[in-house]
Amino acid sequence: MYEHDVIVVGGGGAGLRAAIGAHEAGADTAIVTKLHPVRSHTGAAEGGINAALREGDDWELHAYDTMKGSDYLGDAPAIETLAQDAPEDVITLEHWGMPFSREDDGRVSQRPFGGLSFPRTTYAGAETGHHLLHTMYEQAVKRGIQVYDEWFVMNLAVTDEPDPNDRSCHGVVGYDVQTGKIEGFKARDGVVLATGPLGQAFDHTTNAVSCTGDGQAMAYRAGVPLEDMEFIQFHPTSLPSTGVLISEGVRGEGGILYNNEGERFMFEYGYANNDGELASRDVVSRAELTEVNEGRGVNDEYVHLDMRHLGEERIMDRLENILHLAEDFEGVDGLVEPMPVKPGQHYAMGGIETDENGQTNIDGLYAAGECACVSVHGGNRLGGNALPELIVFGKRAGRHAAGEDLGEARIETGYSPDVEEETDVDFPVEPGEAGIEPAVGEPVADGAGQVTDADAVLERAVEAERERVDYLMDKDDGVQHAEIRSKLQKAMTRDVNVFRTEEGIKRALKVIRECREEYQDVYVDDPSRTFNTDLQMTVETRNLIDVAETIALGALVREEFRGAHWRKEHQERKDDEWLKHTMISWNGGKPSVWYRPVILEGEGETYEPKVRSY
Amino acid sequence: MSAQQQEPEEPETQEVPEDQEMSGLASPQQERLQRKQESKAQRERAADEGDLDGDAVHLKVFRYDPEVADKQEPRFDDFHVPFERGMTVLDALIYARDEFDSSLTFRHSCRQAICGSDAFFVNGRQRLGCKTQISELDQPVRVEPLPHQEVVKDLVVDMDHFYDQMHAVEPYFQSEDLPEGEEQRQSRENREKVKMSTRCIWCGACMSSCNIAAGDNQYLGPAAINKAYRFAMDEREEEEIKEHRLRIVEQEHGVWRCQTQFSCTEVCPKDIPLTEHIQELKREAVKKNLKFW
Repeated sequence: MYEHDVIVVGGGGAGLRAAIGAHEAGADTAIVTKLHPVRSHTGAAEGGINAALREGDDWELHAYDTMKGSDYLGDAPAIETLAQDAPEDVITLEHWGMPFSREDDGRVSQRPFGGLSFPRTTYAGAETGHHLLHTMYEQAVKRGIQVYDEWFVMNLAVTDEPDPNDRSCHGVVGYDVQTGKIEGFKARDGVVLATGPLGQAFDHTTNAVSCTGDGQAMAYRAGVPLEDMEFIQFHPTSLPSTGVLISEGVRGEGGILYNNEGERFMFEYGYANNDGELASRDVVSRAELTEVNEGRGVNDEYVHLDMRHLGEERIMDRLENILHLAEDFEGVDGLVEPMPVKPGQHYAMGGIETDENGQTNIDGLYAAGECACVSVHGGNRLGGNALPELIVFGKRAGRHAAGEDLGEARIETGYSPDVEEETDVDFPVEPGEAGIEPAVGEPVADGAGQVTDADAVLERAVEAERERVDYLMDKDDGVQHAEIRSKLQKAMTRDVNVFRTEEGIKRALKVIRECREEYQDVYVDDPSRTFNTDLQMTVETRNLIDVAETIALGALVREEFRGAHWRKEHQERKDDEWLKHTMISWNGGKPSVWYRPVILEGEGETYEPKVRSY
Repeated sequence: MSAQQQEPEEPETQEVPEDQEMSGLASPQQERLQRKQESKAQRERAADEGDLDGDAVHLKVFRYDPEVADKQEPRFDDFHVPFERGMTVLDALIYARDEFDSSLTFRHSCRQAICGSDAFFVNGRQRLGCKTQISELDQPVRVEPLPHQEVVKDLVVDMDHFYDQMHAVEPYFQSEDLPEGEEQRQSRENREKVKMSTRCIWCGACMSSCNIAAGDNQYLGPAAINKAYRFAMDEREEEEIKEHRLRIVEQEHGVWRCQTQFSCTEVCPKDIPLTEHIQELKREAVKKNLKFW
């Protein structure tokens, strides 16, 4: 067993920042990550980091833009914290040596991004995430923060009181990918989940193959509600063949979208007469697919993004990385040809419910970064707001976990039966009904045989994981994870995509249910305990099933059109009824859906929902 | 003045072929554009000949597992994977794993050349699986783990030594003199100077390709020296720290071991002029009048 004050799960942007924050607050801190920190998906972020740094800009404007961008589904205390903390945290990155792009006077450059009223996106070429990740890893090395790399966290060690709000987290169970050893990691003060995205629930995604929603699924099964899971951002410019991301920075610098007739459709077809290509990502994604669906797509599949007119010098200065991506993955020279692009799953606005300090309803359990939902992005994340979320809430979660007083949070967490309203939408397909064998599924906290001693809780969790792995390894035949995963991904991309219909979502839920049933028969073919990726991917696939189900369920019950969530049958934003977060609780394997009102009251003002006009 | 002329005498330095002298190298941009045109022409030729689509790709993949009886003796396995336009070496490996043999093991994550985890030895050269097009390779495509690294299993090598060398150069910003409440100033020129060095993705291709690193386990190696360059050349760090950094790289197993064979520069998937950076640090060390060994 390993023991530290604070255990951070995940070594990407949020995890590194949480670990540094906890370390600075005096805690003995360790990072447990299934990759090595420099391999994390934060490295793939391209565009930039929003922060109000300059005269003429201030945090209130940033907060206002973010609230508007969220389509009024963000919580004001979270959004205001983001906007207030971002400038200082970005300056800290600069002080740590991050190689930001520079203005003539030597200050960090800022550029315009979609939905921003001021060009407040700081950046480092078109590889901002790479530099952010490496700069923070360097600082973790400098501080001697212990990193357990290639240790895959399979479960949390949580007590199992009947009411999830009474539970506490005492550590995690790790699987050493290199040796197959399963060990407990005890956290004296707290566990911070910083496990990142869930894009692998979809077939066409900009996300890395490691992005399998592990943190969301583990927290969910331990009793933390998942919030606003239906809000998935589809990025309008991903490469058709691989899903590789072409940064919004291209449009920020003046890149233009054309259909197969050479029309600049964002203006000519009136999708966004004010903002054109720089309209919010959901607007541009729908516009592109509409073009394709109406026969104006190139090869019936994609549209063209053109940056040739920017000139080689500017492209090389600010977007060089994009040239490499277009060349390596589509064989297109961005200097002489337009690039093919189409929408791809990109970002999960929803996730593990936390407050402004990163805390969940389970004592000692925190979450930060893309796996979390403090609710800064609401219905739609603005470009350039993911990276400040990592550093702002990563730092806060780390510090709070280490015992630092950050003041009382205004956002509440956890289900309270007296206050919360449950959904009245019927699920046509009973989700999660299939009985799950304990050896295949995780032990689920249900209040039976309560154990509260920290060491005993951890030992029990470790034992359960060892049994689960033995079971999967000993089983001689059955279904392989790749088959289930692929079926799940295809169903999600077909039916829970940019355009959603009730019929489609129900079809997806049915497939998810089938996947859950098939998973009962899953087995690991590779008999080795050494670097068994077959086993790791089998466990990840289980996590994907759980998160996919919450995404589809959320999409089904939200009967309105808000932000990235478009429903054919409900073409209006219904503020009277839907200014509330969709919350999904595990409830013994049978998801229950309930709601929490959005907090629109900020420090100084109340954000009044305004009609979105383009 | 070329790097060669400024170098101190190095008894072990090999002759550098004329066309590889640094003064004669094209800029990374020029090289990139040239490569791009060539590969495009090649792809078009292959497509014209009509033999790209529908064919199977023949992969020969190195297999080894210390725990599994029939894999304890290293061997090559053959896989025939249906070709699709745009298919990369990584795509082919994933297909082979998911469809034929789920125990086939390799690291990969981002599949967009930024996580640095899928550097393999493909047809005799260190390359990133995800950015290497199958159509550009001769068949059968031979995929092996990075040479000179200990093999954990199949294509997975032990990266610990590589990480240790990266850590040995104190790879973190050490400036003490920070302005209150605002950023430090850095000129565009200085950022441009360090730009290429900051692109390293720690894939280990350069280290694996380096003959010197293969023979001298303590040699810092191109990636770590490049990391030292990234900080030593950053004007935001003070002069004393720069001197400290130069002292680290001019130690016995540091920059002077480099024999300017350019293999690191040739294989770097991010076009970092590694050899040039090593040479420049040699020059800096001389200029600072630091001790020779």
